[in-house]
Amino acid sequence: MTSVGPTTGPATAVPVTASELAVTKAPDRFGGRLFSANLRQNGIYIAFALIIALFAFLTDGDLLAPQNISNLVVQNSYILILAIGMILIIIAGHIDLSAGSVVAVTGAISAVLMVNNDVPWPLAILITLICGGLIGAWQGYWVAYFGIPAFIVTLAGMLLFRALTLTVLGNQGIGPFPDEVRTIANGFMPTTLGNIGLGPLGGADLLTLLLGVAFIAGIVVTQWRSRAGRVRYGQVVEPTALFVTKLAIAAVVVMTVIVQLARFKNLPWVLVLLAALVLAYSLLTDRVVFGRHIYAIGGNLNAATLSGIKVKSVTFWLFVNMGVLASIAGIVFAGRLNQAGPTAGNGFELDAIAAAFIGGAAVQGGVGRVVGAITGGLIMGVINNGMSLIGAPSERVMLFKGLVLLAAVAFDVFAKRRAGTAR
Amino acid sequence: MTDVILQMRHITKTFPGVTALDDVNLTVRRGEIHAICGENGAGKSTLMKVLSGVHPHGDYSGEITLDGEACRFANIRDSERLGIVIIHQELALCPNLSIAENIFLGNERAPGGVVNWNRTHAEAAELLHRVGLHENPATLAMDLGVGKQQLTEIAKALSKRVRLLILDEPTAALNDEDSAHLLDLLRGLRDQGITCVIISHKLNEIREIADTTTILRDGRTIETLDMSAGVTEDRIIAGMVGRDLEHRFPEHEPNIGDEVLRIEDWTVHSPTQHGRVVVQGANLSLRRGEIVGLAGLMGAGRTELAMSVFGRSYGIGISGRIFKDGREIRLKTVGDAIRHGIAYATEDRKRYGLNLIEDIKRNVSAAALNKLATHGWIHDNEEYRVADGFRAGMNIKAPNVAAVTGKLSGGNQQKVVLSKWLFTDADVLILDEPTRGIDVGAKYEIYSIINHMADQGKAVLVISSELPELIGVCDRVYAMSAGRITGQVTREQATPERLMQFMTKVKEQ
Repeated sequence: MTSVGPTTGPATAVPVTASELAVTKAPDRFGGRLFSANLRQNGIYIAFALIIALFAFLTDGDLLAPQNISNLVVQNSYILILAIGMILIIIAGHIDLSAGSVVAVTGAISAVLMVNNDVPWPLAILITLICGGLIGAWQGYWVAYFGIPAFIVTLAGMLLFRALTLTVLGNQGIGPFPDEVRTIANGFMPTTLGNIGLGPLGGADLLTLLLGVAFIAGIVVTQWRSRAGRVRYGQVVEPTALFVTKLAIAAVVVMTVIVQLARFKNLPWVLVLLAALVLAYSLLTDRVVFGRHIYAIGGNLNAATLSGIKVKSVTFWLFVNMGVLASIAGIVFAGRLNQAGPTAGNGFELDAIAAAFIGGAAVQGGVGRVVGAITGGLIMGVINNGMSLIGAPSERVMLFKGLVLLAAVAFDVFAKRRAGTAR
Repeated sequence: MTDVILQMRHITKTFPGVTALDDVNLTVRRGEIHAICGENGAGKSTLMKVLSGVHPHGDYSGEITLDGEACRFANIRDSERLGIVIIHQELALCPNLSIAENIFLGNERAPGGVVNWNRTHAEAAELLHRVGLHENPATLAMDLGVGKQQLTEIAKALSKRVRLLILDEPTAALNDEDSAHLLDLLRGLRDQGITCVIISHKLNEIREIADTTTILRDGRTIETLDMSAGVTEDRIIAGMVGRDLEHRFPEHEPNIGDEVLRIEDWTVHSPTQHGRVVVQGANLSLRRGEIVGLAGLMGAGRTELAMSVFGRSYGIGISGRIFKDGREIRLKTVGDAIRHGIAYATEDRKRYGLNLIEDIKRNVSAAALNKLATHGWIHDNEEYRVADGFRAGMNIKAPNVAAVTGKLSGGNQQKVVLSKWLFTDADVLILDEPTRGIDVGAKYEIYSIINHMADQGKAVLVISSELPELIGVCDRVYAMSAGRITGQVTREQATPERLMQFMTKVKEQ
């Protein structure tokens, strides 16, 4: 940095455009940092690819078989839904230990409504979501307005809502659920346009393939337009080649999954739900004022307060949101088992927390992405699934998952220390 | 009386970008009370940190000799072993431990690793008697008032066989009675042969108690005065403020308009110390296009005044009235203050001003994100454009506005903070120590930005501990002391001596 002489006031400062600076300065001074920043952001995706490759190899490709990919999504859907809510709470610098119990109690509520009281299923789901929101409001009140650490409030909630589950269920499982609810949790989109032959891969559902193509086209168009907008505003963008390569890789990955699903039984409904949630919450965190405030609070609570951000209100609504997402997970889980049971959701909160941290959340808050948490959840899902495919005993699965979690966070801490981020 | 206990020679200590101590010399005679005076930031605390090993040997240049032997402290333990004990301004007692446990903390009466409680309490009681604190040694530290905590700290120092006791602003938080008791105690210790070095802003106390006074200014030793020769407070002030030709300020022709903000009879109580009045009956007024200074020593209540006005960010039991453009307003939250066009840029950028893990543009937009959004939806390209405009206009040195603020220099960080508040369209800007920790070149830029704000018709209140800065930049300066506004001077009348008189003025009882 050149020193500024006393004659350079702000009024006389020569405006230097971003592109000029990027050309002259970026390669030598910031090139190394750019790479390490990219490694930190993208490390999780590389790790995911490596783990998939490892288990695909160990299982002779069974991991990527059509039915198994479908299972992977359906089996992990409720953890992934929880992980979305959890990452937001962790970004704000809090934690939620009660998520598993809330899954259980909302599943139980929905069962009592639908099975015991014959409430029509859409109404029952609506009531359950409201109950989830109220549970979140309860915890949010204590955390945000009363000032009790979230760790304590949700630890208490873990016990409270488990107790409530047992009370609601009368200590026994309640089922079976209406077909519609089971379909949401476990079922597939119907075949409406018929099948199409894919040569050596056999038949595949046409609608699923078309949806997949439309989805990819949507991604490409929005990414392209967003990039064009940045260029128009004179911002620095990644080189075209890198941008196209990234998009191509994403397209190939999505299409592979879609083709495999189409060859099996179409899209699982829960995948559609999950995709909608991921999209909505990614936009919330990236583009909506509320989402920005979450990062501000987690990044520096004092600065956020002195910037006029309504810290208490944001924290409160984060927990309400978590309650609603936990109730969605509760309904999906109960629907999948076709029964609401007293032990439902045991330990789910830990999986969701692990997913968030593997996915790049920082323990101090302020950092994390929804897509990262989903990837973290999928990494754990692939480990579970892959190791059970090769017949590994459960203690070894736990061992491996524990090490992966530790390694992910250790890498993050190490990368930060090297980058010398002031904190 | 030529028996020298401590000699510090040619001490130079630099922090990144700042020279805190520049060739400082200090000679302390055995058995005297030696006062160190200077403005905030003159280097007093840094000098004491060098002496006590907080800044280890090798971190500074120069030499320290104690009783003729060269000292090279690697940490505080080293210095304590030789009998140098420092008592910091922020007392460091563990609130949940008893007086006795605190006294012997890290120095337990524990032969073989097992604490001998009888011995602990007996020795503690003896030490408490020496310092004149009549409390049960088993009393918890949190149940003591500040004055008694201070005495406990001194008892703790005595337990370490202290030879040289350093006190940093020992009476800043004490009432008059406790202060008087403490000063008596220090005299008693002097008679017992313990040498004291005392840092204080209270010149009357220094005149009363000190045998010798050394004055620091801008990290240099200015002079050492023998207090037995009848030194006046004015004489000390003259040494503290000096004449400073190094600072240069941009020319500015003020264009002052109507009153925009008036604060009447503003009183604030401390949220932590029950019943303590931090700001008392303050009256203040700002006009459009005017740059107003607020001078005061540490603990005068300047930041507390500003933050309590800024949506009650500090304090309890706040009373008084605020008028904006002649109409009374109530500011209950920071959001209220921002909506009424008031901005407050904190004195501690890193802790209270910036989200250091985020980039420039997100920090710039943080206080007025709604301006960049429709129905909660952020136009991120617009955000980039706005932030980039500030980057260019303020000459923020970063490759682009996606640079993380934690990696910028202090001056550039401060420009980001100022950008953030300018983006809120505030017309009253309260800038708390806007040039703290910033190098000289960047200071000039900040002054230019302040002038520019005033030219746009904004009222700027600058809180600063640097008198030359206040005099060089402000059209009018208020001075505060012990929670009261003790005077105001116009630019023409402002001299460092005059301000210092107001700043050290204590209400006569």
